[in-house]
Amino acid sequence: MVIYGVALLAGCMLAGAFIGELIGVLIGIDANVGGVGISMLLLILVAAKGQASGRLRPISQTGITFWSGIYIPVVVAMAASQNVVAAVRGGTAAVLAGVLAVVVSCALVPLLSRIGGEPPPPLPDASGKQGV
Amino acid sequence: MTEVIDLMAQVMSRYGLITAFAVVGITVWVSYQLSARLTRGHLHGSAIAIMLGLLAAYAGGVITEGARGIADLEVLAGIGLMGGGMLRDFAIIATAFGVNTRELARAGASGVISLFAGVFVSFAIGAVVAYAFGYTDAVSMTTIGGGAATYIVGPVTGAAIGASSDVIALSIAAGLIKSMLVMAGTPFVAPLIGLNNPRSAMIYGGLMGTTSGVAGGLAATDERLVPYGAMTATFYTGLGALLGPSVIFVVIRAIVG
Repeated sequence: MVIYGVALLAGCMLAGAFIGELIGVLIGIDANVGGVGISMLLLILVAAKGQASGRLRPISQTGITFWSGIYIPVVVAMAASQNVVAAVRGGTAAVLAGVLAVVVSCALVPLLSRIGGEPPPPLPDASGKQGV
Repeated sequence: MTEVIDLMAQVMSRYGLITAFAVVGITVWVSYQLSARLTRGHLHGSAIAIMLGLLAAYAGGVITEGARGIADLEVLAGIGLMGGGMLRDFAIIATAFGVNTRELARAGASGVISLFAGVFVSFAIGAVVAYAFGYTDAVSMTTIGGGAATYIVGPVTGAAIGASSDVIALSIAAGLIKSMLVMAGTPFVAPLIGLNNPRSAMIYGGLMGTTSGVAGGLAATDERLVPYGAMTATFYTGLGALLGPSVIFVVIRAIVG
């Protein structure tokens, strides 16, 4: 059933959000620490087990892959509901702080990629496969 | 005629989320057409869609003076729900289905290093820019530094160490600029910095940290990279909110007095 996949995804999200809130309380900050990342790890583990044991049937998996596929449209909606005006009106100091942070962080990507040996090869060419 | 339009607006508001699906679907379709016809596929359709989204958000903000972009127009309020934190995170988590766990484990260490590097570098840059613009006290410098991390770290840090509201507003603006720049700019820098494999995506997520920015930017570059970048980025705001008002504030105070 498709709902099994959706429910599994929902369960992972709730568990991860709970753990993230818990970590926030434990270290004394009012923020969810890594909840989404933890949920992702949970989903990877649980789904791998389910697939290996045959309990997570292909039809149930579509309950997860649908949401994965709807991801880009959701991000487009997210972009459309950002407070762009506030960002633009923030003035030179805000623009400079934001832009420089991005530029310098970008420059660090190739440097850090060298840690732990040669960077892995690029993903195979995906032209033609744009799964929106 | 106005009655017909009113009726249509009524339906669109009442079925807000459904309206959002339709409007976003049309936007994505138009974007892919533009991508294929005007750029011959060089600029990814999703990159164009995200830029159109940001443009719409700007228009919405100008028209309504609100803070939620185009979603402040009543007929398009559903876009706020569709692109809000709940559905966004649900979809991000779903992208983890089927990721390469071996690659994830191998890139783990560099992901953690990139997180710390990203937080410290962003704070440092924000603090220096703040100083250059006359905000020379440690509280303002740290708060604006937090904004250069993410638009959540800035206000969280500022509230914790007692920054003034205009400095907090400035830090939010800096974070928003960063987020939007990452959203729209990632596909253009990706070839220059080797952003084409899971490991560099994890490092990119850790360095940039803005979940919305990384989520959008990687989607516009190659959506298969999304789970790796989102995985690290999601820890960034927590780490920044932890280190900002504590370690980083103490260090900045020790430097500027």
